[in-house]
Amino acid sequence: MMLEVKDIRKSFGKTEILKGIDFEMDQGEVLSIIGSSGSGKTTLLRCLNFLETPDAGRIAVNGETLFDGERPESAGAGELRRKRLHFGLVFQNFNLFPQYTALENVTLANLLLAKQQPDYKQNRRAITERIVAEAHELLRQMGLSDRESNYPHQLSGGQCQRVAIARALALKPDILCFDEPTSALDPELTGEVLRVIRGLAEQHMTMIIVTHEMAFARDVSSRVIFMDNGLVCEQGTPDQIFGHPREERTRQFLLPFIQR
Amino acid sequence: MTAEQWSIVFNALNIGFVQTLRLFFATLIGAIPLGLLIMFGRRSRFRPLSWLVQGLTWIIRGSPLMIQLLIIYYGPGLAFDWHPWGGGEAGRFSAAAAAFIINYAFYFAEIYRGGIASIPQGQEEAGLVLGMTRTQIFFRVKLLQMVKAIVPPMSNEVITLVKDTSLSRIIALQEVIWAGQKFLKGSNGIAANILPLLCTAVYYLVFNGLLTLLLGRLEKRLSYFK
Ligand SMILES: Nc1ncnc2c1ncn2[C@@H]1O[C@H](COP(=O)(O)OP(=O)(O)OP(=O)(O)O)[C@@H](O)[C@H]1O
Ligand SMILES: [Mg+2]
Repeated sequence: MMLEVKDIRKSFGKTEILKGIDFEMDQGEVLSIIGSSGSGKTTLLRCLNFLETPDAGRIAVNGETLFDGERPESAGAGELRRKRLHFGLVFQNFNLFPQYTALENVTLANLLLAKQQPDYKQNRRAITERIVAEAHELLRQMGLSDRESNYPHQLSGGQCQRVAIARALALKPDILCFDEPTSALDPELTGEVLRVIRGLAEQHMTMIIVTHEMAFARDVSSRVIFMDNGLVCEQGTPDQIFGHPREERTRQFLLPFIQR
Repeated sequence: MTAEQWSIVFNALNIGFVQTLRLFFATLIGAIPLGLLIMFGRRSRFRPLSWLVQGLTWIIRGSPLMIQLLIIYYGPGLAFDWHPWGGGEAGRFSAAAAAFIINYAFYFAEIYRGGIASIPQGQEEAGLVLGMTRTQIFFRVKLLQMVKAIVPPMSNEVITLVKDTSLSRIIALQEVIWAGQKFLKGSNGIAANILPLLCTAVYYLVFNGLLTLLLGRLEKRLSYFK
């Protein structure tokens, strides 16, 4: 089991947003999370990436417990950063760094991390060259070779999101999370981003995708979770969820998409 | 006035303007970093510190700089018979620099705060999920965006500062206005004349013109990103 999420709970003030989320994932799985607005999908991804601290529950990756609500030992900042790197997160609105080119956006974090390596001083040149070479390769995969030296404001939304995906991949996360990666894009630009994600799925990248693109979720995922009101309401294969939903809530949620 | 008398006048004004410039640069060098500290205090999660800074900001921005100059220069002596500034022009300069640095630092702190607030929360979060430390995020991600956001309001303050230095006239700092004013009553064998005082405006104009060009350039250099 690559990822185990057990009974994750999170409240903001008095409102409980996540009411005990359970799921598991194998290596190479693509998990889509669907559900109505406000059901807690973003909050769940933020908990996995340690942008929010869950109130209770357990998160383990490859058998290593990253978070345990029973033993909320105050992890040091360095420890927290190391744990975070198991996950990558692609944001709805990209959050690229505007003062850096596409290439620099992809290399920045790795160059900073490399400084902590013990052999950094001696092998500085080689390490830097390797990081830059990997970034070239990632941007090529994203179809952005000719855009490497552009700044974010010179790129279209779809291009920005592909840079953001390359930036997340550069850190080689075990699991890459997407929070509605296409919902800030004009309809004609969603295709290029979805194509890139599909390509990653074919390379067996382990991914969690929060999305409102039902056709895409049905097509690309190995498993689908329907979240409702802070709980996993139903999960199963795409065919089960979209073809034969068992829960009334799921059926109602999917009605508008099925009729189309 | 004769040409010779004009040369005496400009000599005096030049000496005064050097003092104006010294005060100007001392204020910038002191207030730019002090403002950063004040801004961190204002944003501190330790509430009492934030409240203290808010109170001080109200006092410093709400009262005339001229009065602050007087309090800083004469206050310690009047209240505690303590004379930290020493006598003479050097003492007056130190007191004036202290008053200007404190006053401008509070204005700068508010501008910095606006600059930081203008950076979307997503920038910090993007840095965090990429495993960057908060220090790295501040220096590598936020600082330049903040600088870009504050250049226009800082330019305004800097140009105001050039003119504000003349307030130090109140504690008799021998800056350019003081130098021009001497000639109002007649000085150096020249009969009373208002023209030297009026000429001081040219110094401010020329210097502010140069600053405007320089700051415009900086703004342009930062326009490569949005
Ligand atoms: N930091 C916060 N403080 C208070 N409430 C929050 C916070 N973050 C999220 N919420 C609330 O939690 C609920 C769930 O939000 P969340 O963003 O996880 O939903 P979502 O499923 O991602 O919705 P959407 O499809 O609209 O993106 C919402 O009602 C939201 O107002
Ligand atoms: Mg959301």
